[in-house]
Parts: sequence; C-alpha cells; structure tokens
Amino acid sequence: MLTITTQQENGHDILLLKGEVDASNSVILDEAITKAVNDGSNSILVDGAGLEYISSAGLGVFMSYLEDFQEQEINLKIYSLSDRVYEVFKILGLDQLMKIYPDKITALNS
Amino acid sequence: MNHQLKISCQTTALSELRVFLKKTLAKLQLTDIDQLQITLAVEEVCANLIIHSHQCNALDYIQLKVKQHPGKLIFEISDKGKAFNMLDYEVPDLDKVKGEKRKGGLGIILVKKIMDEIEFESSKGTNTCRLIKWFHS
Repeated sequence: MLTITTQQENGHDILLLKGEVDASNSVILDEAITKAVNDGSNSILVDGAGLEYISSAGLGVFMSYLEDFQEQEINLKIYSLSDRVYEVFKILGLDQLMKIYPDKITALNS
Repeated sequence: MNHQLKISCQTTALSELRVFLKKTLAKLQLTDIDQLQITLAVEEVCANLIIHSHQCNALDYIQLKVKQHPGKLIFEISDKGKAFNMLDYEVPDLDKVKGEKRKGGLGIILVKKIMDEIEFESSKGTNTCRLIKWFHS
C-alpha cells in the first residue's frame, strides 16, 4: 500500500510517501513525479519518513528521471529515509547518484 | 524450520509475500536491515518471474519454500514458466541504467549483492531458483 501526498511549499513540490513501493504500485510514484514536472516544478522534494519499503521498481522510477533532471536543471532531493530503507539505496550506489539528505532542513539548505 | 507459500502470478501478491517473510523471519535473530534486504531479494526474484515469465497471469503460481540450515537460510522459488536463469544475466552498469532512463534491471543487481549464493535449475518444466544467505547464529 502506497499513498503519496503532494504539498507545495515556497516553490518546492514536496511528495510525502507513505507505505511500501513495489512493482504493483511504483507507477503511482512515477505519475506523481511526472505531474510535478508537467506542472512546471524545478524542485521536487521526496519526504521518505513514511516510506517503509522500496523495491527495485521504485528505485528504478527515481533512476529513470536522473538524466533528464540533470539536463533540465530540475532538483530532485530525498530526505528523512529510515536507516533500513537508506541501506537499499546504498546497496545500489544510489546514495552517490542521488541527492539524499537526513532531514528536510538539510535538504532545503543544500 | 520449514515454511512455504504459494502465490498467484500478479504483482499485488507481492505484499502477501512480504507479510509471509516478515512472519517467517521474525523467528530468527536477524537485524532489521538484514530482514528487509532478504525480503527484498526474494521479492525481486518473484517479481521478475511474475512480470517476465508469467506476464502477470493470475492463474499461474509461484511456490516459495524457506528452509533453515545451520548457519544459512535457503529460499527456494519454483515456477513452471519460461525459464530465466539470472546467473546468465549480465548485470547492467548503473550508469548505463541511468543513461538509458529505463526502470528495470536493478532488481537482479540487488539479489546478487544481498544473497551469498544463487543456484538455478530447470527440470521437467519446473524451474527452481535457490537463494542462500549465510548468517551467524
């Protein structure tokens, strides 16, 4: 079960993830990011505090945007991941490819 | 310890798989991180089978057996679909995955990094993928 709540805050689009991302629902994450981009966002923040689990389907969604976001200068930042979920990003080396921060304040100030 | 689960070949069954593994692994002295990673590796193999070998046909099934041996856990995943031996699959480079903007290809990297041994066999129409995780009890 995954729910994504979108908030706008001082020019940032914040996606609050709650639950688990797997192959059955990663499309929800994909659509939420695409929607933010289509709405003209150039700063997407993903709040991972409520993210309990993510499989390669979800990680693949983030990966698929990295190249385009770099070209279009769209900022994608993730913050507040639990240790166990952050470890999964680390196994794949995504901690080196993506902007991941311990909390919202650090993410906003970076 | 010997536990088994049969799931239907649809991606919505993956949450059922996680509930089963959570319950099964809870009896062992695993860290939170190990528990999540083992669950993830088993799920990645099952998700691949469901999507690529069975095209999400809910009438097909995957069988999972979890066996505890001294110092190791064995996850045996069997199906009757098109055989896919991940040992023959060349793991893509992460930069390549990023460059091609594709969403797949990461699951097998995870399985290979998380598990200590992977075995595959196909006999009389049944494919079995065995994932082995060593641990210190």
